[in-house]
Amino acid sequence: MSDNQRIPLLEVRHVSKYFGSVIALRDISMQVNAGEVTCVLGDNGAGKSTLIKILSGVHPHDEGELLVDGKPVRFTGPREARRAGISVVFQDLATVPLMSIWRNFFLGSEPTLGAGPISKLNTGFAKRVMREEMAKMGIDVRDPNQAVGTLSGGERQAVAIARAVYFGAKVLILDEPTSALGVRQSGIVLKYVVQARERGLGVIFITHNPHHAFPVGDRFVLLNRGRLMGSYVKSETSLDELTKMMAGGEELERLSKELEKMASDPEMKQVARQLAEEAG
Amino acid sequence: MSVATTEPLPGSAPKQRRGAADERVAGVSIVARLLQRPELGALIGALAVYVLFSSVDATPGRLFTTIAGTQNWTDAASTYGIMAVAVALLMIGGEFDLSAGVMTGTSGLLLGMLITKEQLNVWIAIVLVMIFAALVGVANGFAVVRTKLPSFIITLATFFVLRGVDVGVTLLITNTVRFDIGDAAPGFASAHALFGSTFLAPYNFQDAVLWWIGITIVATWVLTQTTFGNWIFAVGGDANAARAVGVPVSRTKIILFMYTAMSAALVGIMVALRYKGIQSGQGVGQEFFYIIAAVVGGCLLTGGYGSAIGASLGAVIIGLAQIGIIFAGWDSNWYYTFLGVILFLAVGLNTLVRRRAASSRR
Repeated sequence: MSDNQRIPLLEVRHVSKYFGSVIALRDISMQVNAGEVTCVLGDNGAGKSTLIKILSGVHPHDEGELLVDGKPVRFTGPREARRAGISVVFQDLATVPLMSIWRNFFLGSEPTLGAGPISKLNTGFAKRVMREEMAKMGIDVRDPNQAVGTLSGGERQAVAIARAVYFGAKVLILDEPTSALGVRQSGIVLKYVVQARERGLGVIFITHNPHHAFPVGDRFVLLNRGRLMGSYVKSETSLDELTKMMAGGEELERLSKELEKMASDPEMKQVARQLAEEAG
Repeated sequence: MSVATTEPLPGSAPKQRRGAADERVAGVSIVARLLQRPELGALIGALAVYVLFSSVDATPGRLFTTIAGTQNWTDAASTYGIMAVAVALLMIGGEFDLSAGVMTGTSGLLLGMLITKEQLNVWIAIVLVMIFAALVGVANGFAVVRTKLPSFIITLATFFVLRGVDVGVTLLITNTVRFDIGDAAPGFASAHALFGSTFLAPYNFQDAVLWWIGITIVATWVLTQTTFGNWIFAVGGDANAARAVGVPVSRTKIILFMYTAMSAALVGIMVALRYKGIQSGQGVGQEFFYIIAAVVGGCLLTGGYGSAIGASLGAVIIGLAQIGIIFAGWDSNWYYTFLGVILFLAVGLNTLVRRRAASSRR
């Protein structure tokens, strides 16, 4: 499936994860290359969150291998994953709305002047770097003291992405960055995804929306109920195909038949027919 | 797409300055900057209350605005101020401490017990009381971060436990409801000079005023200029987001509970040394004054926003009201009504501020 000779930034080989008797993930393989966007597609409960948590060091994997720059790793915590260059931008957990942009940008990794208990935040440096980094994403921040909560949803994601990149992320995991956004804001976030790719990052774009994934993705990994349903490079697939698989073709067909049986009124029949059509 | 500042204020012409990016920072108008400050409302409120009570002053010679009057209200405001700053930082960190009031009593009583029953040197007793307070704070904080229950409930429990212990233990040991501390105790004179005495000789301002001002300055510096201050805002604003970027959320909160309890101990020590004794009911009910001062000072009850200076100004308003009503010759019960109204107005103002800050443009 992969034809290039480079060592992937991040590679997942036959990884499984169990929570007690529940199989959260089974035999998942994928890879992330520098300057590429790998889209992880799946419906609710497909195992996307578990996959993110394994990649970001929140949960250790039970089987299989995780390779960073070709070397097998086993993270003991999120800090370790971050040190290895893997950063997650969570949809809701990205920023603190009431805090200013520069405080958010350096939260958890504050630059200081002086040492020990009397060290002072290097406010000037923080503001300057934040504006420079945001400028690289095409955002001109006029007031660094502006609360992040006053930014639009897309801009807030941009703050989180710029922060991750500045702090040395090589692999950027974006967790459903568009799911809570409107059409326009989603487009803006997709622009940032492309920008991050062009800056040479490996991007993992988690979504359940193939319409968002297809235009920016280079590789597509489909998950369904904890299993790998398919893995494609862009040339091997199409938006239609992805959509169909995401909708779960066979399942939809079955659902449409059931509906047909239940349906007595013509309206329900119509819904069933539509489902059948979508299922192909 | 560019990030604009908050809505342009009426009167400020649209800015078309181009050039170095840094110049545009100055483009944010001073008025807009000022409106962003959480303590602005408290400052205006304090000035208004000051003007009000200086105009209704009924004392012969209109003492309210004199140095003697100032001595009176700063005395009243100082201990509220010390506590309000701690409670404000804790509130910005997203938590409450309802045991803060009773802790002043518990600490003072423990000091009295150590000095009178254990015959300890006053300074050693002070150190032990501080250690005890730190442990109470850790217990509060630990219970909150471990159980994930609202701190309101956890510290309400602490409040009631300590309230009972205060009276019960005092009765058991002294057969009365107070500890008397004689000034003959070793180390009393020096400790009294630092914690319970006065300065500026003819006017006799309380030492507590200096402590209050000093604590406000240090707390403001910590809050706005240090990494820990950044963490306080973050754990109160969104604990999960803070944790996701590596802020030690639990540790930050536990330290804030420790600081609050130790501030209460400081106030308890001051009261016990100043009055050479302490009542077992000391401090009960005071926790609400601290919360009022913090909220009037611009702290959001939901955390993540506020200031130490604002909380101090809130304490000023409480001090002004307490003394102003006496000087005006009014029935002092109106004091509570007055504070209630002030609180109500302040919360209304804060809500507006937060809507402005937290609502997103889409």
